[in-house]
Amino acid sequence: MPTDPSLASPADVFTLRRRPPSEKLLDTGFRQLTLALASAVAFVLIGIFLTVFVEAREAIAQFGSTFLTTSDWDPGNDTFGAWVAIYGTLVSSLLALVIAVPLGVGTAIFITEDIIPVQVRETIGLMVELLAALPSVVLGLWAIFVLEPAIRPVLNLLHHLLGWTPFFSTVPQGPGMAPAILILVVMVMPIITSISRDALNQVPVELRQGAYGVGTTRWGAIFSVILPAAVSAIVGGVMLSLGRAMGETMAVTMIIGNSLNFSLSLLAPGNTIASLLANQFGEADGIQISALMYAALILMILTFVVNVAAQWIVKRLSLRY
Amino acid sequence: MANPAPKSISYANTDLFDRRPLFFDGSLKRNQLNLLLTGIAALFASIAVLPLVLVLGHVLVKGGSLFSWALLTELPPAPGLSGGGIGNAIFGTIVVTLIATLIAVPIGVGGGVFLCEYSRNGWFAQFVRFGNDVLAGVPSIIAGIFIYGLVVATKVFFDQSYSALAGGIALSVLMLPTVIKTTDEGLRLVPQELRWGSYGVGASKFVTVMRITLPAAFTPISTGIVLAVARAAGETAPLIFTALFSPYWPDGLFSPIASMSVLIYNFAIMPYEYQNALAWAASFVLVVMILGANLLSRWITRMAKT
Repeated sequence: MPTDPSLASPADVFTLRRRPPSEKLLDTGFRQLTLALASAVAFVLIGIFLTVFVEAREAIAQFGSTFLTTSDWDPGNDTFGAWVAIYGTLVSSLLALVIAVPLGVGTAIFITEDIIPVQVRETIGLMVELLAALPSVVLGLWAIFVLEPAIRPVLNLLHHLLGWTPFFSTVPQGPGMAPAILILVVMVMPIITSISRDALNQVPVELRQGAYGVGTTRWGAIFSVILPAAVSAIVGGVMLSLGRAMGETMAVTMIIGNSLNFSLSLLAPGNTIASLLANQFGEADGIQISALMYAALILMILTFVVNVAAQWIVKRLSLRY
Repeated sequence: MANPAPKSISYANTDLFDRRPLFFDGSLKRNQLNLLLTGIAALFASIAVLPLVLVLGHVLVKGGSLFSWALLTELPPAPGLSGGGIGNAIFGTIVVTLIATLIAVPIGVGGGVFLCEYSRNGWFAQFVRFGNDVLAGVPSIIAGIFIYGLVVATKVFFDQSYSALAGGIALSVLMLPTVIKTTDEGLRLVPQELRWGSYGVGASKFVTVMRITLPAAFTPISTGIVLAVARAAGETAPLIFTALFSPYWPDGLFSPIASMSVLIYNFAIMPYEYQNALAWAASFVLVVMILGANLLSRWITRMAKT
């Protein structure tokens, strides 16, 4: 066996250096530090729930479940019922989704399915992402001074034609539920579009090739192969954006009218839990703070359930292909 | 007689396939349906782009027309009066966002390092990831209320209630999930061979993380941080009960501070024309900053690729 004469023995080449204690300490210390930083998330989350719950206890004890169903919010008499705000939160976010889902998913299909040149697709994608980056307070400002005056003739027409239904029974006068829903559409649609776009892009190319190979048309492939393959991620994204819509504060507060009276009409001013908080929390004291915290707790539970459902759908219902 | 034609075979009887020529036939029902659906998708895409064009157009025209040096440097006028600018709000937004960044980035990057490099996907890491996703979905107004209850109402900082620091902390609650998630996902993209190589030459785990894996994941992490900062700068709801507002120049970190987003909210609902105009001007400055940050994050990614 030929040996290299320059290497006398392995011991001359490799020297085993023990780590000094300081280095070991640094190593374990860094691990503990990152562990502590990661736990910060848990502490913040639990802290949020606890803070809101503790502050809400007084109102929970006093009003109980009637808080959810009565619509009498009167700080003067210390009677509080959050039904107007809860109803407004649910109606505004659900109706916004009804409009935003077809728009968002349709746009996502349009920019993933090779219908138009790549440059145009990327430009549309970029514009949708920039729309998502616009601060909600700027959208609120735009809604007050541009959107609402612009759609008022349309709302008047709706009132004229459908005024006999309870949903359009009031004369539109400035802020109200309808412009709030439209601004929510503007805020939620980019989220749905970008999540749907990612989901559609992740559909394996073999599925597309297979669909086109058996001779289907583009939309045949989209409806019977590509959308079903991506549906869990899309539905998860829709749930996520539902959570966003329910918690959206500024733009809605600025345009919804912040009325404390219940109205079925979409043309009348309304309220949401988030806008109730934004409006009243600053000047509240005593039991009113507690009642507002109770409302905040309801909003937290609503968004929590929706978000967990979104995660569950993405994890459990995704197709195995 | 080299090629006798096989006369006996009749196509009509033996052909299993439809041999009509494969040309696009626009009169087919399915092709018409296709065209219709493509048209609808195109319509939806143009509706999706419309709000950005409209909002940007109005902000640039209405806000940009007021743009001047005085706007950037002077204090806002008293309600009903005109003149002056939004200098204190611009400065305040920078201060509050900076505080939030200084809190959220170390915690977020550290937490992300734990999740990806140390946790081995145990129950605790699963819980933190789950909690992080839940925290990302918490409405921003709730973050404001939380910090109000924790910091403002209890007056923990030198007996001061509303303060710039409270506002910064509230914004950091919103930034934290984004920073953790992008760090975690960015570190996962680092090839395992780099870590093995580092251990192979005798580096400790700490040195590996600091000198090898974190630098290798610099692009996705910095992109995520820039996006989180841009989002925080535009947030209003967490600030209205924490940082409040102030018509004056900031008076230290422990007193109320102005910010552009709260200024837009306050001035938009005032019945005075000049205040409304200032709200548009503040929107202009804010939107330029935020879109600039978004384009910067794209540029970082593109530079890293080439």
